[in-house]
Amino acid sequence: MRITQGTFSYLPDLTDDEIRAQIQYAIDQDWAVAVEYTDDPHPRNVLWEMWGLPMFEISDASAGLHEVAACRAANPDHYIKVSAYDPTLGRQTTALSFLVGRPAAEPGFRLDRQEMSDRRISYSLRPYATQQPRDLRSTANGHRGS
Amino acid sequence: MATVQNRWNAGVLPYAEMGYYDADYVPKDTDILAAFRITPQPGVPPEEAGAAVAGESSTATWTVVWTDRLTAHEHYQAKCYRVDPVPGRDGEYIAYIAYDIDLFEEGSIPNLTSSIIGNVFGFKALRALRLEDMRIPLHYVKTFRGPPHGIVMEREYLNKYGRPLLGATTKPKLGLSARNYGRVVYEALRGGLDFTKDDENINSQPFMRWRDRYLYAMEGVNRAAQRTGEIKGHYLNVTAASMEDMYERAEFARDLGSIVVMVDLTVGYTALHSMSNWARANGVLLHLHRAGHGTYTRQKSHGVSFRVIAKWCRLIGVDHIHAGTVVGKLEGDPAMVRGYYDTLREPLTPRDLSHGMYFEQDWGSMPGTMPVASGGIHAGQMPQLLDYLGEDVILQFGGGTIGHPMGIAAGATANRVAVEAMIKARNEGRDFVREGQDILVSAAKRCAELQAALDTWGDISFNYESTDTPDVLSTPTA
Repeated sequence: MRITQGTFSYLPDLTDDEIRAQIQYAIDQDWAVAVEYTDDPHPRNVLWEMWGLPMFEISDASAGLHEVAACRAANPDHYIKVSAYDPTLGRQTTALSFLVGRPAAEPGFRLDRQEMSDRRISYSLRPYATQQPRDLRSTANGHRGS
Repeated sequence: MATVQNRWNAGVLPYAEMGYYDADYVPKDTDILAAFRITPQPGVPPEEAGAAVAGESSTATWTVVWTDRLTAHEHYQAKCYRVDPVPGRDGEYIAYIAYDIDLFEEGSIPNLTSSIIGNVFGFKALRALRLEDMRIPLHYVKTFRGPPHGIVMEREYLNKYGRPLLGATTKPKLGLSARNYGRVVYEALRGGLDFTKDDENINSQPFMRWRDRYLYAMEGVNRAAQRTGEIKGHYLNVTAASMEDMYERAEFARDLGSIVVMVDLTVGYTALHSMSNWARANGVLLHLHRAGHGTYTRQKSHGVSFRVIAKWCRLIGVDHIHAGTVVGKLEGDPAMVRGYYDTLREPLTPRDLSHGMYFEQDWGSMPGTMPVASGGIHAGQMPQLLDYLGEDVILQFGGGTIGHPMGIAAGATANRVAVEAMIKARNEGRDFVREGQDILVSAAKRCAELQAALDTWGDISFNYESTDTPDVLSTPTA
């Protein structure tokens, strides 16, 4: 399957030039650019690993693209996203967030149904990618600087 | 102004002479202000008509009463402090009225509306009356809790940023069995929409009882989440004949894991307050369908402007509200719709008569309500929709999803590809309004679903003149 989280998942994967243009847009809006990665694509996993701190003071999108490339090299077969954060009063939240990397094979999710009384069903989603304990899942749980 | 002796003689006095008109009154920062469009009966001076509105919407009755003298009556009297003729519309005036904050119960839209749009709308001395706008002072705003979640929290919960959200209303509105209904929900969500929706008049009819609909709809929601890895939702309409019924339905929706419930404006303001409290306590988004509003919002000379309804609903506290599309099948002048959207989303809106905004409005830090654009819109209109409505909006394509020649999921995909392509192009610095059709056509080269949507609906538009428009000339500012 292809998970479709992020702002541009229904378009063909963005090229580096297209990623650069989106990062430049974020910089032009005074948004902080961040790179994050995970091997757990559960839609309610909001705490992806941070690839360093958000970049608050870059003026050139190439610096952001450089971090994307480094994160990809250190974390093959992971989901990687670029997000842009708007610190403006009243917003103070993510303004843009799109995938820039995904595993070659995406095993997707298992949907568990627990039958309860009165025909009610309790649903839960389980990513196949996280069936194994974390230390056994990947040989490349790289962290920048660690 | 009458002398003290005359003022208290038994009998009838003009409202203006009873203190309800005062051109020298300077509104206090804490006053609630209202702008009414008044059309006095022939022979009634506009100042007297304005004073009558002030009187009848506050303390007055038709005759002098001595019991006023038991109160600090001047404090409680609303004051019409300004009357402007409306340019180009003979016989119409805008009357500005100030109400002391003490006239209203804290945090109660039913109380506010019982005064402001109570008896006064049937008043014989006026041929027509329309509440155009209100200034709710921050002191009074802070007595309301506002949206249970608001735009920021909703996006963080959905984990969806940077583009309008997409939805569809299940069609046909009436008649589907629960199982077929669940099929439509599943197909639309797995194809790329974020939300599907019950229509306003789907409650619990013989062809589909509410409990069955909820069960099948949630199967569709969860299956679609599994297929996409995204959080999905279906607005389960809990509108019913009593609060007890609505709570029962809302609790069942919550227990099934629904992230959102829906209610119709027809339930009334008290029930809306209650559902807002419930949604806050239970962590469920609250969607409001403005069913019925057209009966009083549409005509220019009589009723209540939708911008006032939007203001009241943000105060009561809903997370979503239908607020017009500009380009779709339902009434909506672009400048007026812009005013409604700003009212729902912005922390502060300036006075701007070209958008129908008669007062500056400060919301403090009250979260925004997500506007919903629904009714006769399709993927081919994406450039105009993004231009008019911006990014914090839910675009609802009912027919424009379900009527797609390749199927419901294909219709959903067409809408999703169109919105993503438009946002990407905008962010790349392209003029997405002028180049909009090119952007869509080139996205469609890699997406057969979008191509089919453009082939089917590309030329459809609804170009009728709006009845509710801003007055062409701005009335002079003080």
